[in-house]
Amino acid sequence: MSTLKEFRMDIKPNWCPGCGDFSVLAAIQKSVVSLNIEPEDMALISGIGCSGRISGYVNVYSMHTMHGRALAVAQGVKLANPDLNVICAGGDGDGFGIGLNHFAHAARRNVDITYIVMDNQIYGLTKGQMSPTSPHGMETKSSPGGNPEQPVNPLQMALASGSSFIAQAFSGDVKQLMSLIEQGIKHKGFSFINVFSPCVTFNKILTYEFFKKNLVILEEKKGYDPSNRGMAFNIVEETSSMFTGVLYKNERKTLTESLPKGSGTNMLRQGYFSLNESMKDKLIKRFI
Amino acid sequence: MEELTIVIGGEQGEGIESVGEILTKVLSQMGFSLYGFRNFSSRIKGGHSDFNLRICTGKEIYVNAEKVNILVAFDKASIDLYLDQMDNSSIILFDSKSVKSDSFPLPKDGVIVIEAPFQELASELGSPIMKNMVALGMICALNNQSGSVFHQVIKNRFIKKGTKTAELNIEAFEKGYAFIQEKNLYSIPLGPVMNSKNMFLSGNEAMVIGAIAAGCRFMAGYPITPASEVLENLIQMMPEFGGVVVQAEDELSSIAMAIGASFAGTRSMTATSGPGISLMQEAIGLSGAIEVPLVIIDTQRGGPSSGLATKMEQSDLTAMLGGTHGEIPRIIISPSTVQEALYDMGTAFNLAEKYQCPVFIAADLVLATSKQSAEILDPLKFEMDRGKRVTDEELAEQGKVVFDRFAFTKDHISPRTIPGQKNGTHHATGIEHGETGHPTEDYKNREKMMIKRMNKIETATLGEDIKTEGNGEDLLIIGFGSTYGAIKEASEGFNMKGIKTGLAQIRLLHPFPADQLESLINKARQVIVVENNFTGQLANVIKQHISDHSKIQKLSKFDGRPFKPSDISNFCKELV
Repeated sequence: MSTLKEFRMDIKPNWCPGCGDFSVLAAIQKSVVSLNIEPEDMALISGIGCSGRISGYVNVYSMHTMHGRALAVAQGVKLANPDLNVICAGGDGDGFGIGLNHFAHAARRNVDITYIVMDNQIYGLTKGQMSPTSPHGMETKSSPGGNPEQPVNPLQMALASGSSFIAQAFSGDVKQLMSLIEQGIKHKGFSFINVFSPCVTFNKILTYEFFKKNLVILEEKKGYDPSNRGMAFNIVEETSSMFTGVLYKNERKTLTESLPKGSGTNMLRQGYFSLNESMKDKLIKRFI
Repeated sequence: MEELTIVIGGEQGEGIESVGEILTKVLSQMGFSLYGFRNFSSRIKGGHSDFNLRICTGKEIYVNAEKVNILVAFDKASIDLYLDQMDNSSIILFDSKSVKSDSFPLPKDGVIVIEAPFQELASELGSPIMKNMVALGMICALNNQSGSVFHQVIKNRFIKKGTKTAELNIEAFEKGYAFIQEKNLYSIPLGPVMNSKNMFLSGNEAMVIGAIAAGCRFMAGYPITPASEVLENLIQMMPEFGGVVVQAEDELSSIAMAIGASFAGTRSMTATSGPGISLMQEAIGLSGAIEVPLVIIDTQRGGPSSGLATKMEQSDLTAMLGGTHGEIPRIIISPSTVQEALYDMGTAFNLAEKYQCPVFIAADLVLATSKQSAEILDPLKFEMDRGKRVTDEELAEQGKVVFDRFAFTKDHISPRTIPGQKNGTHHATGIEHGETGHPTEDYKNREKMMIKRMNKIETATLGEDIKTEGNGEDLLIIGFGSTYGAIKEASEGFNMKGIKTGLAQIRLLHPFPADQLESLINKARQVIVVENNFTGQLANVIKQHISDHSKIQKLSKFDGRPFKPSDISNFCKELV
């Protein structure tokens, strides 16, 4: 049985007081304890940005990688060791700006990992420039006249890319956030959880108050069926993405299950390997 | 004859590769030493392509010959390109259907020109496509090979397209064979074979075998000429050995996945060429900073930018040596033959795990794509060294909450744990960090960490860091990679004339074997550095490490073609 204490690090996060990321950190720690995952059986891989620092605050095997490339690293970890619980985490700039390419491909590839994005619609670590999810017209340091661009819609991106589990959460509701993370981890395949995680320093528009006022809970919507992809697309439009809950869920074969027979059965993570005669013949027969 | 060179040239898509494959399969099984270079363009159909095969009864060969004995020309470009390499016993076979006999100048006296109806003979069997097999039959008849030994190999090559197709191709072969025999034309018979049974494979294929034999079980790559064959072969072969290969969405992802898999404990690699190396720069830095083992194959091609994708160059050396922002430890190995390419993979993975850093295999287009004979794989040469791995028992004894993954040690190498090991959890970050891996900007720690990372590779060695041959008292020729074959033959030529010539092929480019090279240079009267790039990247590296530059001369070739032995001997003639 793992305990919350085991997952804690004696390090003070460098986030501003009130930052939404504290809730995500707590929710991840509580979720893995409630799923009875041991620290050594978990890998937390993160990108670059304020939220990317999260991997240093949880006592597991963790890697703080490169801006935008965390998903690629996380998939490599999982493919090399399918027994690990692999969580990948980062921000909206990391995942939907510089890393958008990898997001779409990870979703369609369906490696069994959980991707948590702390979406604050702003670049916080670089002190307040617009992000790919900043709403059109939003004034920031790099859009003083208002954001001239349309934002990326991560939920529709995930749907279009074939993500097999998609949910949205809010840092202001840790209980629901925990439940969604647990569902994401349990889901077999690529699970994506977009978390509205307000930046209290640089985003004065998309605040806790804003989300509290505008978010609807999907589970309370009568007749909503998260296995229906068409319905999922519609609800994103209908609510202008202002909802929390499981948007879409439909298990399909993971990449590991789809690879040619034998793949991943002997990754030689430890120990030594030597070629015997029959293996040698297999290797060289084509070249003789 | 002791050696023979055959060139088959035509438009891409005319079946030149099949001719080469079948011919080499049979000859290799018979024990001949072979060297085959594929000259190709960056498109699928159209554009000239040729296969230049050198066949030897005895000595090992690592470069094409400069004289062509038999030229099969499906297009005029083949004749234009090779006419000056024919001499008074050479034979040109051409088809007047595709090459007008008055469209090329009459060759030198003695060159035998045969109008060969490849297309017509193939059409008689229902398909002009089989003209390549007609040509193969003619080649075999010309050098007195028994036709029947080719039948099985032709059948195996075409059986996928049906029994009928396979049989028709054998018939086409026989038609070509009979054409030469009936006319009682000429023959260039090969002498008896001296060697035992060989493998015949490209550098790319050798690196694939080497990787699997070395225990590599994860590869992620992105298609790129001329490294795609590594990805393709591994995808085909790896599942049988229990590993995973992924074609990633780009090179950024390829290398990042490989870093992830290596962090998880599996021997991991990626393979690319120049443009991919450019894209991987940041990740190379990460693997250096977080001390994760990684093997990166760079099959260099013409740069910069898209450059000359299908042509030869060795111009990524500077990128491999200094690429990524900031400073990291790295090891660069340069195989100069297919055989070395195979065994270097074992060394590369051992060094990567021992020194916990990126290891480059500095291959080049000629090494990667040309095929050479090599001795049968010896599994004993692949003993694994997994470096400082901590056992579960040791971890249980230590009982630490957070493992000191980046602990300062005497040899600067820290013990390593992998996910799944209890008490081994730690953080890895590209931010400067302390012993547990957590970020710190403390200047004292920074200094210690830099010294630890940068100095740990000082003891890295291949055993033979410089491959030397001959006594270089009069002339020392230095190179790296596939230029070995041309350098070797140029050097042998000088030695036969009594000029004491030696070669030094640098096998470990970093950390650079400076002392060893300096003593070689000191003993030589003239030193020449041969490389396929404009600026003389290897020569510049040598000058960084050697105090006396007065003797060092550069011979650079950057027109996309590999060095010929005569390029080197003509240049050196002036010196000696």
